[in-house]
Amino acid sequence: MKFIYQTWWKVIAVILVFSTLITGLLFPVPTLPILHETIRNLYFHVPMWMGMLSVFVISVFYSIKYLNTGKEEYDLVVVECVNTGLFFFALGLITGMMWAKFTWGEFWSGDPKQNSAAIAFLLYCAYIVLRNSMDEEQKRAKISAIYNVFAFPVMIVLIFILPRLTDSLHPGNGGNPAFGKYDLDNGMRIAFYPAMLGWSLMAVWIASVRYRIRLIENKRNNIN
Amino acid sequence: MKRFIILILLVVSFSTTFAQQNAPVEMADTFRSSGKIYVVIATIAIIFIGLAIYLFSIDRRLKKIEKEK
Repeated sequence: MKFIYQTWWKVIAVILVFSTLITGLLFPVPTLPILHETIRNLYFHVPMWMGMLSVFVISVFYSIKYLNTGKEEYDLVVVECVNTGLFFFALGLITGMMWAKFTWGEFWSGDPKQNSAAIAFLLYCAYIVLRNSMDEEQKRAKISAIYNVFAFPVMIVLIFILPRLTDSLHPGNGGNPAFGKYDLDNGMRIAFYPAMLGWSLMAVWIASVRYRIRLIENKRNNIN
Repeated sequence: MKRFIILILLVVSFSTTFAQQNAPVEMADTFRSSGKIYVVIATIAIIFIGLAIYLFSIDRRLKKIEKEK
């Protein structure tokens, strides 16, 4: 846990994201019909989901750790990771809707990817509601940790597996080629991979700051 | 002669459909060549650097509070 108090990885996160702002807008991209220049959204829309995924993975890790040890701090890590993850989830959904408006023609066209992402969003909102509905700390932490462990695989299935099995407009689904096919020969990776890593680290950073604030709040509540 | 004209017409019509298939995909090329894209990049860069400095300052303030405890 010493890791979250260090500065070096925060600097790396900022440098990575900053570099993709420049390379992502300047470097050549494949010329594709319908997409045109919006293909550059790949550097900003997809990393939101990557950021969400990385904090959710950490939250599951600490849920299991909490269930093993019963340490209160681990429960606080889980809550703040889920909070930050939901923020990035919302950003991913909104940017996706924006992109869909100009490529699919509608903000919300009831596409399987959009629908299941919305369901997964509600799934994690239910975590917040469940956790806030209980007053007793240990019971609350234990039940919400178990819920979180089960919510994660369901979210993965909803967002990344089920839309792939049906027809979806989203790339990588229902026989549509994913972007990976195009960025191989086009140097899009130079901007894409740093964006993925940089935004993941940004999400972890925000979650860690929130966790440290909550730790202080928690201490204060215990003393009073 | 008539057949020949029809043949030429067909060839010409074929070439137009062929040209349509190969119509260039519209990209923001003028925006790039005029150099205005740098304005957008500068704006985004300023916003992001501002946010990064803000996050770092929150981090530092938090460190101070943690040390007081």
